[in-house]
Amino acid sequence: MQIPAPFDYARATSVADALALLERHGPESRIVAGGHSLLPMMKLRLARPEWLIDINDLFELDFILRDGNQLRVGAMTRHTTLLESAEIAGLFPIFADAERVIADPVVRNRGTIGGSLCQGDPAEDLTTVCDVLRGEAVIRGPGGERTLAMSEFHKGPYETAVGQNELLCEIRFPIRPRSGSAYEKVERRVGDWAIVAAGAAVSLADDGTIDDVAIGLTAVGVSGTIAESEAVLRGEKPREDLFVEAGRLAALASNPIADQRGPIEYKRHLSDELTRRVLRSACARAAVSPSPTTQEG
Amino acid sequence: MQISMTVNGSDVTSEIEPRVLLVHYIRDVLRLTGTHWGCDTSNCGTCVVLMDGQPVKSCTVLAAMADGRAITTVEGLATGGTLDPVQQGFMQEHGLQCGFCTPGMMLTSRALLDVNPHPTDTEIREAISGQMCRCTGYATIVRSVQWAADHPQGIHEADETVEMATTDEMDQIHARIADATGEEVGA
Repeated sequence: MQIPAPFDYARATSVADALALLERHGPESRIVAGGHSLLPMMKLRLARPEWLIDINDLFELDFILRDGNQLRVGAMTRHTTLLESAEIAGLFPIFADAERVIADPVVRNRGTIGGSLCQGDPAEDLTTVCDVLRGEAVIRGPGGERTLAMSEFHKGPYETAVGQNELLCEIRFPIRPRSGSAYEKVERRVGDWAIVAAGAAVSLADDGTIDDVAIGLTAVGVSGTIAESEAVLRGEKPREDLFVEAGRLAALASNPIADQRGPIEYKRHLSDELTRRVLRSACARAAVSPSPTTQEG
Repeated sequence: MQISMTVNGSDVTSEIEPRVLLVHYIRDVLRLTGTHWGCDTSNCGTCVVLMDGQPVKSCTVLAAMADGRAITTVEGLATGGTLDPVQQGFMQEHGLQCGFCTPGMMLTSRALLDVNPHPTDTEIREAISGQMCRCTGYATIVRSVQWAADHPQGIHEADETVEMATTDEMDQIHARIADATGEEVGA
């Protein structure tokens, strides 16, 4: 029987209250959101907080809001909400691609985007999604609010820039015209962690060339996006031979380990193949996405 | 700590340790053992209950996190002595053999039909994809949920249309078994 070690529990009533509770209970207190990563780790004694601060009542952090050229997503937005949002599906189809294969529908009812990012599991899908969409993390602490690029947010497996006395409150994504994005994951069975997954986001210039591109890999030891692959594509019109070259370079940049999910060579092969697929899909989606004029009209 | 919640429509209040999981609270404190406790790792889904109408895996929710919420367990599916159409569907279409996964399967199915009264087979399979059944191969579970979708009011005893074998038919069946096996059955 798996039961967590003893701890004390408090339920926060607001962001300010959560921060005050973290301050009061000190370094052995931890935030719990959906709990589907933290509670299993507590059962296994891989995590042993003395205080759990439950933020499930912070409905103020459960939102998807378009704000000018940004989409703001609250940290307590559940996976199910992200998957079902028509606004997100239209702006960032990569979210629907990824959310569809995160755990299973019942787990997605509880898990949150903020919890996934803060857990920082190396095989976690939304990290790659937020990386390639060039998201920014909005973090609040005793000293006020700060905003970090995703590249500064991740510090390594299970480590983020969110301090012990801070709370991730929202993630902001720039909305770009003529853009497309995609995510593809290979897993052993429904609901499992990725063997490998790849994500890409592309925006096109008026002449159809690739203005900006970001490529990321999940579960193969790559942090941030893959500059080598991106450099091949930038300024070029989308072409299959470029996708192939970007895939090859992504596989070279990957750093997988052999485990029960597969040997290194297989994971490198998937890194290559999945990079090509998400680039094809992201570019095709960008080609049919609204141009600046139709967006304003 | 003290927690209060609504379970199957009744208010309950208990003094518990914060580390008690919802599944153990329901089974061991409330003695509602219809909620099954399986893998403990949020994989198998037999512990699914509805929290504010949404299916959740109660092995990965603290009882403390359910404080103030409304919980529905399998014991709460039937109303006024009449089985929920989903429960009737599982009987009609043989949606279970050993029955271990059944409480969780039925609660997820109920929640699905509440938001999507006429799901496709694929949508049903997607909805239950976080739950394991080692007996049925899922085919009869999907048929059971479709039966419930086709009979949103279920079948009440007054208008019972379930076709039971008649005594004559049972005698014929027993005779066939006796012919095949040489053993007398069902006398």
